[in-house]
Amino acid sequence: MLSRVAESIYWISRYVERAENVARFIDVNLQLMIDAPAGFDQQWLPLVYTTGDQDEFKRRYSSPNAESVVRFLAFDLENPNSIVRCVRAARENARTVREIISSEMWLQLNKFHLMVSSAAARGGGILDRHDFFGEVKLASQTFAGLTNSTLTHGEPWHWCRLGRQLERADKTSRMLDVKYFILLRSVADVGSAFDEVQWAAVLRSASAFEMYRKRFGRIAVPNIVDFLMLHREFPRAVLYCLTTARDALHAISGTPLGTFRHAPEKLLGQLCSELAYTTVEELLSVGLHEYIDRLQTKINQVGNGIFESFLALRAPE
Amino acid sequence: MKLNEYQVEGFFDEMFAADGTPRSHAATLLQNLSRLPEGELEVRQRGAESAFFYSGVTFSVYGDQAGTEKIFPFDIVPRIIPADEWRAIEEGLKQRITALNLLIDDLYHDQRIIGDGVLPKEIVYSSKAYRPQCMGFNPPRGVWCHITGTDLIRHRDGQVYVLEDNLRCPSGVSYVLENRRIMQSLFPHVFAEQRIRSVRTYTSKLRDLLEHLAPDSVRNPHAVLLSPGIYNSAYFEHSFLAQQMGIELVEGRDLVVHQDRVYVRTTHGFERVDVIYRRIDDDFLDPETFRSDSLLGVPGIMRAYQSGHVALVNAPGTGVADDKVIYAYVPRIVKYYLDQEVILPNVPTYICAEEEGLRYTLEHLDELVVKAANEAGGYGMLVGPHSTAEQRADFAVRVKANPRNYISQPTMALSRVPTLVGGDLEGRHVDLRPYILYGREIFVLPGGLTRVALRKGSLVVNSSQGGGSKDTWVLDDAPTPAPAGPSQTQSQTA
Repeated sequence: MLSRVAESIYWISRYVERAENVARFIDVNLQLMIDAPAGFDQQWLPLVYTTGDQDEFKRRYSSPNAESVVRFLAFDLENPNSIVRCVRAARENARTVREIISSEMWLQLNKFHLMVSSAAARGGGILDRHDFFGEVKLASQTFAGLTNSTLTHGEPWHWCRLGRQLERADKTSRMLDVKYFILLRSVADVGSAFDEVQWAAVLRSASAFEMYRKRFGRIAVPNIVDFLMLHREFPRAVLYCLTTARDALHAISGTPLGTFRHAPEKLLGQLCSELAYTTVEELLSVGLHEYIDRLQTKINQVGNGIFESFLALRAPE
Repeated sequence: MKLNEYQVEGFFDEMFAADGTPRSHAATLLQNLSRLPEGELEVRQRGAESAFFYSGVTFSVYGDQAGTEKIFPFDIVPRIIPADEWRAIEEGLKQRITALNLLIDDLYHDQRIIGDGVLPKEIVYSSKAYRPQCMGFNPPRGVWCHITGTDLIRHRDGQVYVLEDNLRCPSGVSYVLENRRIMQSLFPHVFAEQRIRSVRTYTSKLRDLLEHLAPDSVRNPHAVLLSPGIYNSAYFEHSFLAQQMGIELVEGRDLVVHQDRVYVRTTHGFERVDVIYRRIDDDFLDPETFRSDSLLGVPGIMRAYQSGHVALVNAPGTGVADDKVIYAYVPRIVKYYLDQEVILPNVPTYICAEEEGLRYTLEHLDELVVKAANEAGGYGMLVGPHSTAEQRADFAVRVKANPRNYISQPTMALSRVPTLVGGDLEGRHVDLRPYILYGREIFVLPGGLTRVALRKGSLVVNSSQGGGSKDTWVLDDAPTPAPAGPSQTQSQTA
């Protein structure tokens, strides 16, 4: 398929997935705000850290509180990673490939865009627009579902999957990192009842709470890390996301699994093997934050490699 | 809803006779409308608008800063054409497009029509769309103009006239298909009660046409649609047609010419392209041949075309025949090549390049419509009866400075169709753009795009100037063959 089209499709699903994850971060923090014990100092800045846009935030907003953080992450038109901007970017990309994706996908994305932009224009306090984040999640999941059920599972579909799964792997690892790295240090009462509520919230933000319960039962930090990083079958676990991204990449290139022809195939294969043959104890002994930091760098390298190998084709002289 | 207060106001109305009685072909629809509860039609109209809105059926207006996309206004009351009337229109269009193709081929070869004194040489050579680069070229399968959208109007006298030939990149067919889809969902009963000719085959016919033009050596032709990109006003249509045909939509930057062959950049390397349905004007097609500042086109694509390795649809150079001055000669052109009288007459036209035409035009600016030869979309036009003295003075200067570039026509009283205005039906002026495909044979899509001037009294139907569209129904009077029954569906046995 056309390189330009592949690139657009890849970014459509990355942006939709990104919008959904930002909505997830916010939604969970809103829940925590409602659940928090009296006198608890709600943390909002960590949310900005999950997106990596903290410098931009600090430059433009004076203090991190619920209103400013939600405005920045969800509705700020100047923040390229805000929900509004992600959905707009997804739709702009979709406009250029309308004839490739199914009408159902386009219709859903168009509705998504109209819903998000009218919510951004409406204003109001965050508790008044509490439903919004659930709607964003639902709209994104509807889009993913329509992609699976209306688009032929050929190359365009694999590009969708590749974009979505890489984005999701990155975001799940960030959710975990923020709780572990930032909340843990700033909250004095580690191990308290509310600490457990917070960890449950991290699981919920990845829609993982119920599935985690079935697997491990009790809330325990190493088990949560194990579940969100190393689970092979949970759809938002990092290993699962990277494995499916790898499958999609090989389906695109035609290279047999277990071998490689392009740099991103090599890197993604190494990453999957590393996670597949690691225990959570080993991972924690390195330091979760350090581990995740390295992981994110590698995921970015995979993304750059995909661009170099498949999308930036140079004309013959 | 009430229909008895509708006024035809002295115009030709497509649905009501002069005395206000319904025309027979509109009876079924009007009965259905009269049975609707008060306000129901408006509810359905809003339903149609939101369907267009959500599916992003939009166009862009050049020079509009506010936003790049707009919904094409849609009116829910269709225009209906009886079967026999359509047959005459269809014959007329086939005749016209046959003659125009012969004209283009002649102009780029022996120019017999000039030699025989039927068409003045200066008119041809001064046409902006005349391409000397195409001299002597034989396009694939001998056809220059594969896709046409001819503008027709009906005057007060009931006669259908040709207003303009659009032979370059006529747009609007996507609205025909989308309008029909929406109307069928809004009025299933009406469609069930009378037979309305389907428009659904258009994209299959178009794809067949494209593949028919591929070089003979190609077994599985690779056709693409070349678009200027999402900022073009007709981008929705480009993407819609590509999707419905199942071909790729490409932009200039996706294509590359190597050794006179055209390739597209894919995730698996370069792939050959055999046929290009280009929705880019000649001027921007190839910076090596035409405008060198074009960023939309593909350098070298004309070389590939002229060496026969790729087909371009429509053929470059075709636009010479939709010059508004050459238009004035079409009845003589039909007579010259086909030895027939023209079936669909032109609107009477005064040619400013001719002394008498110029004098008449300047003396009657307040009654005439004056048009620039190479403008589309209602730009560069003066509608005399609706103009100010200042505008007329301005046009007089322009016409005198360059008479070759102008024609004028009497203001035609375009026919009207009932249109939903604030809950009631009021007459609004319409034109009609049928679409014609010239492949193995000539196919005329039944109906076409009915454009409607939504502003009261306005005669300007262009989407960029307050126009909207309506669905167009061509009634079918051919007998229906009884279909063979399908075999019974299997069920679980008890």
